Amino acid sequence: MNFVSRSNRNLILPLVLLPVWFLIYHFLKPVTDWFVDDILGMTAGTHLTETLRFFIFEVPKVLLLLTLIIFLVGIVRSFFSPEKTRKALEGKSLFTGNVMASMLGIVTPFCSCSAIPLFLGFVEAGIPIGVTFSFLIASPMINEVAVVLLFGMFGWKTAAIYVLSGLVIAITAGWIIGKLNLRHWVQDWVYEAQLGNQDSDDEKMKFADRIQYGYNAVREIVGKVWIYVVIGIAVGAGAHGYVPQDFMASLMGRSAWYSVPLSVIIGVPLYSNAAGIIPIVSVLIEKGASLGTALAFMMAVIGLSLPEMIILKKVLKLPFILTFAGIMAVGIMLVGFLFNAIM
Amino acid sequence: MEIKILGAGCAKCKALEKLTRDVVERNGIQATITKIDDYAEIMKYHVMTTPALVVNDRVEIKGRVPSGEEIRQIFLKYQEA
Repeated sequence: MNFVSRSNRNLILPLVLLPVWFLIYHFLKPVTDWFVDDILGMTAGTHLTETLRFFIFEVPKVLLLLTLIIFLVGIVRSFFSPEKTRKALEGKSLFTGNVMASMLGIVTPFCSCSAIPLFLGFVEAGIPIGVTFSFLIASPMINEVAVVLLFGMFGWKTAAIYVLSGLVIAITAGWIIGKLNLRHWVQDWVYEAQLGNQDSDDEKMKFADRIQYGYNAVREIVGKVWIYVVIGIAVGAGAHGYVPQDFMASLMGRSAWYSVPLSVIIGVPLYSNAAGIIPIVSVLIEKGASLGTALAFMMAVIGLSLPEMIILKKVLKLPFILTFAGIMAVGIMLVGFLFNAIM
Repeated sequence: MEIKILGAGCAKCKALEKLTRDVVERNGIQATITKIDDYAEIMKYHVMTTPALVVNDRVEIKGRVPSGEEIRQIFLKYQEA
């Protein structure tokens, strides 16, 4: 009785859901206003009303954006794999390799727990350590959830600035690590382990399989981060209505030069995902923090994490990890200072 | 049948191990299951993404947690052979 096969269903469903998505997204603002003003009958302009309005509007908006983009990113990622990326990077010169690795870091699917096998696999294929690092830096820092949230809450310019500065940091940091020639600070066993080359057994995918890949990405990522989005926006909504306007200006404002290094120092040990941190960053900015400082804080939280550094200890000696962390911290601070100066 | 789960410590690796044990138990499959979390050992299977499911030294799944049904199908293939 199963007339529509699974693969046909995969192709049809997006065509049905996409218009529904646009309808909801389009009417979200008027429906929110109608609900808050007419159904609940609240007085416009009071703290409570505006806090509630902000929350009711932002949560579905961000979740809608997140779902659509993660779905599309999932389809795009089905065309990439660590094996293909490694092949593409083999034999590339230092700078070209760093640029390519950083960009591939954005689209290649891999979870942070695979960082070590990836590092080993790249080293085994003779890819320079600096190029490998560009890949490992870009991947967590420029993650799709961060980009979607920045786009949803600040607009496309801020999202673009974030992606570009992330790319520049990944390229430069990897390039510097390559130039420093830190090979002697890699754990000895890494080069001793002799591993033959891998046969690439890329599965042939039909387009319906790629759409399935998109669904899986949505289920996995949105299923995991939605709760952080809701909590983050709730905190944001509360502050939106109740915290005085220039509350953060003296601490994280443009005039306070020390705010950038301070944000990075606070941000590194904090380990959070993009979904939880961005709504909070949006409040910081609204209450007077400058964009550069907020960006630096965010990059330090998302892109540099203590647990990840500890995992790296398995393949890198301590001086290497400290050098890496130092280069990253300086890079992130420079981005912060730059945007404080020009925005 | 010799089943190995490759992966060190991450949540997905644990999920795959649990799922594999469930499938083996529920279908009464004769197998030894070993969890491998030594990176040097993992790299011998040329996987760059964990977790991975290895049956009789052949990498069947890498970088994701499949459904229980998918794992069952893989095991059936080996049982018939």
